[in-house]
Amino acid sequence: MSDFFTATVLLATLASGIRLATPFLLAALGESLGQKSGVLNLGVEGVMLLGAYGAYYATLRTDSVLIGIGVGVLVGAFMGVVYGVVTLALKAEQGISGIGIFIFGLGISDLLFQKQVGTPTPIDGLGHFSIPVLGDLPLIGEALFQQNVLVYVAFLLVPALWFVINRTTFGLNVKAVGETPEAADSLGVSVDRTRYITIIVGNAMAGLAGAALALELAIFQQNLTNGHGFIAIALVYFGAWRPSGVMAGALVFGLIQAMVLQWKTLGIVVGTTASIVGMFPAVLTILVLVVVSRGTGAPAALTRPFERGH
Amino acid sequence: MTDTTNGEVLLELDGITKQFPGVLANDRVDFDVKSGEVHTLLGENGAGKSTLMKILYGLYNADEGEIRLRGNPVTISSPSDAIEQGIGMIHQHFMLVPTLTVAENVALGLPSSKRMLMDLTPVRQRIRELSDTYGLAVDPDSYIWQLAVGERQRVEILKAIYRDVSLLILDEPTSVLTPAEVDDLFETLRQMTRGGRGLVFISHKLHEVMALSDRITVLRLGRVTGRTTPAETSREDLAHMMVGRQVKLAPTRTDSTVGEARLTVRGLNVIGDRGTPAVTDLDIEVRSGEVVGIAGVSGNGQRELAEALSGLRPVASGEVIINGTDTTNRSPKEIRRLSVSYIPEERMRDGTVAEFSVAENLILTDHDLPPISRRGFLDFNQIKQVGSALVKRFTVKTPTLETPTSSLSGGNIQKLIIARELSGDPELLIAAQPTRGVDIGAAEYIHSVLMGQRAQGTAILLISEDLDEVMGLADRIAVMFEGRIMGVLDRAEATISRLGLLMAGVEEPNDSE
Repeated sequence: MSDFFTATVLLATLASGIRLATPFLLAALGESLGQKSGVLNLGVEGVMLLGAYGAYYATLRTDSVLIGIGVGVLVGAFMGVVYGVVTLALKAEQGISGIGIFIFGLGISDLLFQKQVGTPTPIDGLGHFSIPVLGDLPLIGEALFQQNVLVYVAFLLVPALWFVINRTTFGLNVKAVGETPEAADSLGVSVDRTRYITIIVGNAMAGLAGAALALELAIFQQNLTNGHGFIAIALVYFGAWRPSGVMAGALVFGLIQAMVLQWKTLGIVVGTTASIVGMFPAVLTILVLVVVSRGTGAPAALTRPFERGH
Repeated sequence: MTDTTNGEVLLELDGITKQFPGVLANDRVDFDVKSGEVHTLLGENGAGKSTLMKILYGLYNADEGEIRLRGNPVTISSPSDAIEQGIGMIHQHFMLVPTLTVAENVALGLPSSKRMLMDLTPVRQRIRELSDTYGLAVDPDSYIWQLAVGERQRVEILKAIYRDVSLLILDEPTSVLTPAEVDDLFETLRQMTRGGRGLVFISHKLHEVMALSDRITVLRLGRVTGRTTPAETSREDLAHMMVGRQVKLAPTRTDSTVGEARLTVRGLNVIGDRGTPAVTDLDIEVRSGEVVGIAGVSGNGQRELAEALSGLRPVASGEVIINGTDTTNRSPKEIRRLSVSYIPEERMRDGTVAEFSVAENLILTDHDLPPISRRGFLDFNQIKQVGSALVKRFTVKTPTLETPTSSLSGGNIQKLIIARELSGDPELLIAAQPTRGVDIGAAEYIHSVLMGQRAQGTAILLISEDLDEVMGLADRIAVMFEGRIMGVLDRAEATISRLGLLMAGVEEPNDSE
């Protein structure tokens, strides 16, 4: 254990924890935006897989990480349109529709991978970008400010999303529509229009989260996300629908993952113990949901379809 | 608001027809509003008042007919269209976002002075000005969830005035207000009409209609059945137009002998859904042959009291004694076996199983006892006999005994519950809001049934928000406010103003000390 508590190892763990937190953070921020407007999307995992595959395949063909990121976002946005039509226009039950999106994404991403790529071919992933001055700081410079560009994007989205929700008229509409859609509608705020926007943007962020994961690992495989999307949904509850809370949750999960990996590398945990320790994030998710689901703060109209005059 | 001279016709609805599956909700209805007047739309539940106003506000589309504003035909297909035309609506249920502040609720849906960015400073400023002008005291930075019901109503009015509406629709705005709050509201509304606005007041409370209206239009089953003014009519005439026959507004009281205590409650404390005290140190006694009324604005612990007495909600402390037996924290079944009946406030949730047939709902409370069931088997012949006898005796209008209960009208579902609860001639009856949302005809019948039970010696605890009902039926009236009994008045000394003060939480000076 003493191997772990050295400055170098701890800082390396911190750096990798922040990196591992990024897909969680992007997906959970997107999900929280949708939930703020009253729409639950259980299909984040599927959208992440499609975004990851889209980003991987585009990068493989074009050798451009930027195009890869763009494709990941677009695929996510497209899935947002699909989910919007299903839940808003057709008013389908949100829980089941989300599961459908997950299964669809899981299957299609693997099918396309098998047909179009076949054998796992590595791509050039995201390079690290050192922020001038900050990146040169002793100790923490390397851990915090020499990351890939999507890490910075994800953490900048935290204040950005807070600002949109709390300081813009659109944000006011989102909160009203998520709490009391009838009231918003009676004042001329279009409930469906607001929800389409949050769902499309939220899913685009899930697509970006998938892209971040694929480009970080520089590879694609079946079920690459391995539960990231579901944990992201749990993080929205963990963070009590606040961007800062969601960020805290994503960091906790990222750091735990990094710590477990580091322990395995150092041989601190081996065999069965390693597997049990590896379960820790899943157990934590369940505990979080048990504790938080009793609390308040959920948008009152979450999962409730809106129909005028009812 | 555009300049209007009082008396100019603001709105004309011409031949509005709206068909719902199986119901003609509006049948060629004509209605108009002039600037500076209150035009009341009166009718029972289901008469089509709300449908008509929802058409005007763009929540429904009419099948036929024309809407004209200041003489010009308009199409209103969404609330935004209505708002654009200067129409505002105060809905029966508050249309407020509880987690937002007053200023945010007012600003919602309006363009901001800083385009995409929210700018609440001018909104707060204007709210303060309007509050002063109209006497609508409210803090723009309070969250809605922190406000009392009367304050929330003020926010609704502020929202409309802020949008400078020239025509305001008020759909049953007084249902949650105390008498004093109703007076304040009416004063604000009169001030609004003096400014040239036209108001549509929707109500079924006859004394309010008489007090506020300039003109009255009565609807029944989707059709206009009368047009009049308060000067030309009386409450009895209005009721006649609403129901289509003569009705007695005040129940006939018969003599009854008051006997021993059937229900004694001492120091009762009950916790509400949110974990906060809902009923605090409550004492009450109901004797055989008397009706004790619990008056008060809803949400002051009445529901929790009824649930605690009937065994549906745990008692935190104190004791409940029914017919000499301590029933504190006993199960509903044990309590019912002591000849106690309960008419719950939520008739669809707690009073019936909506999907069950009429016959099944009629035997719900004694389905496990002979003669309905023997050794665990239901006797369907008995069920049919008992069912048809009850349906006949309590005049429940249903096509068959197998009809699903959910397809009956509100009044008939309530009669069904009363039939079931009174079939065994209970010694104690707890009746919560027995006529809420029920048509006048059914209410009249339910009142006469309750009076009949009283004459037979049943002890009745009547919980009702309807002051007319409590004053008409009860021998003694207790007023509940924030979980406490503020005072108990004898029938003879209970006036609306005294009850109103107690309902607002104002304690009476104690002259006995």
